[in-house]
Amino acid sequence: MKVLKLMFKNAFRHKLRTSLTIVGIAIAVVAFSLLRTVVTVYNAGVDASAADRLITRHAVSFIFPLPYSYKDKIQQIDGVELVTPLNWFQGVYIDKDQFFARLAVDPETVFKVYPEFILTKEELDNFKKERNSCVIGIEIAKQYNLKIGDIMTIDGDIYPGRWDFVVRGIYKPKDKTIDGTQMFFQYDYLNERLEAESPMRANEIGWFAIKIKDPNRSAEISVKVDKLFKNSSAETKTETERAFQQGFLSAVSAIITALNYLSFIIIGIILLVLANTMIMAARERTREYAVMKTLGFSAKHLVGLIMGESLLISILGGGLGLLLSFPVVDGFGQAIPKGMFPIFYIEPITIILAVTAALSIGIISSIFPLLKALNTKIVDGFRFVG
Amino acid sequence: MAAIIKVKDINKSYQRDNFEVPVLNNISLDVEEGEFLALMGPSGSGKTTLLNLIAGIDKPDKGSILVADTDIAKLSESELAKWRSHNVGFVFQFYNLIPVLTAFENVELPLLLTNLTKKERKEHVVAALTLVGLEDRMSHYPKQLSGGQEQRVAIARAIVTDPVIIVADEPTGDLDKKSADDILLLLERLNSEYKKTIVMVTHDPNAASKAHVQRHLDKGDLV
Repeated sequence: MKVLKLMFKNAFRHKLRTSLTIVGIAIAVVAFSLLRTVVTVYNAGVDASAADRLITRHAVSFIFPLPYSYKDKIQQIDGVELVTPLNWFQGVYIDKDQFFARLAVDPETVFKVYPEFILTKEELDNFKKERNSCVIGIEIAKQYNLKIGDIMTIDGDIYPGRWDFVVRGIYKPKDKTIDGTQMFFQYDYLNERLEAESPMRANEIGWFAIKIKDPNRSAEISVKVDKLFKNSSAETKTETERAFQQGFLSAVSAIITALNYLSFIIIGIILLVLANTMIMAARERTREYAVMKTLGFSAKHLVGLIMGESLLISILGGGLGLLLSFPVVDGFGQAIPKGMFPIFYIEPITIILAVTAALSIGIISSIFPLLKALNTKIVDGFRFVG
Repeated sequence: MAAIIKVKDINKSYQRDNFEVPVLNNISLDVEEGEFLALMGPSGSGKTTLLNLIAGIDKPDKGSILVADTDIAKLSESELAKWRSHNVGFVFQFYNLIPVLTAFENVELPLLLTNLTKKERKEHVVAALTLVGLEDRMSHYPKQLSGGQEQRVAIARAIVTDPVIIVADEPTGDLDKKSADDILLLLERLNSEYKKTIVMVTHDPNAASKAHVQRHLDKGDLV
């Protein structure tokens, strides 16, 4: 118990140095948590992918549309439970900085294929009834203070013109890993206007989401879908939703990889900061360790003292950093447009990584001063002039 | 009276860069139980090295050192550490107190290695600090004490485990005359009243005069 007290007293012998080290570790942990959060939210779409969903898109590129008529053909394939078409609409809501996904969908099927977007029966019925109705995520409703019955006006860019939508539903994500920032409206509303204004673009769709009965048959069904449209004017590429999401993120994968490495470089920086403090502390106490050894204190006691002090500082720094990480990550999430990072929260794995890193750093930082203290002969310790 | 310390034919040299520097040459020495021995000699004569060997904080290259019938030259590092905690009290020139611990906690430090209860430890510490006249300074930190008081705390730490021998390396070397006299008086008292065997290294003839026996070292030889 007294050795523990000595460890505490040693840790705060140089209050300024220890405080600066703790703050340094805390800042590094905040930076680590923030970077890890960016990395994890980028991958959240992949992680949230359903095993029983396939995505069929144009074989050449995602930006080329597919005929809407493919829907019924895909529906006939053995193993397919339900098909729903989706189309990227984009447009500008308020101004160009207000980014979130706006999709034209089939109201009859979309929420059956995507049950993670939870809507009441009444809201769904209302969504189906009214041609220019829309459903928005609860995060969008909160951000723009929208409620049922409100009008959302969007200036079209891919599909030019003024588009007015009536909010008829506000969906809630099943859990916090699900994006609550999307907007869905009826495909027919878009298509009818296209038929009138630019018929060449009508009856086309961006991609199909296919709910399959048995996830183990995903490869087989994907082949069947693509085979169905082989040698047509719009060949398809069908893959699992996970593979589709991964492909979607591949454009930014280099940045994500860099951020990932950077987050671990930060851990290295913390290690150097704490190791420096511990080496200085142990060097200053060379004579005291010699005294303790003289009095009969063993290697085990010195390990407890030095490693304990290092761990204490790293735990305090890591703890403070984690405490600060939550408001910082939350503030960052608030400051950026909702659609850029639809979900932004610290995942448990980030906390586990930060805690593990803090503990590991506490141990590793003490190794050099510990070896130095243990290997210094008592007589040399007494001769040491710091 | 029987010899409690028997040093026989010991040699010690140190490696300095590529040179081997002989420090002690075939030293033999007996110290009787209850004796107060002063080791004197010029700097570099080997007196501190001899003291360190007797106290078990260094090992001879050759020879044997028996303290209370234990050949400490044959003990391993961990056995030596345990042996020291039970048998030797140390007094250093620069006190070597732990600055973040109070006088009480510094004196209590060696007792943490024993099986004594907290209450028993407190009794021992209070007794030791009372013996050195610092019962009213128990909660003071080293920086709040004078040099003489710090050395008295160090003596209390040296005697709190009731060791077989007390080794003192220039215990008055960093003190003014008044404080030095107080420390020497205290060591004399420990020797005469409490029958402690004391081996003291000193340059100071006045300090050495308090000892029963004076031995001189010169260039590693007892003269």
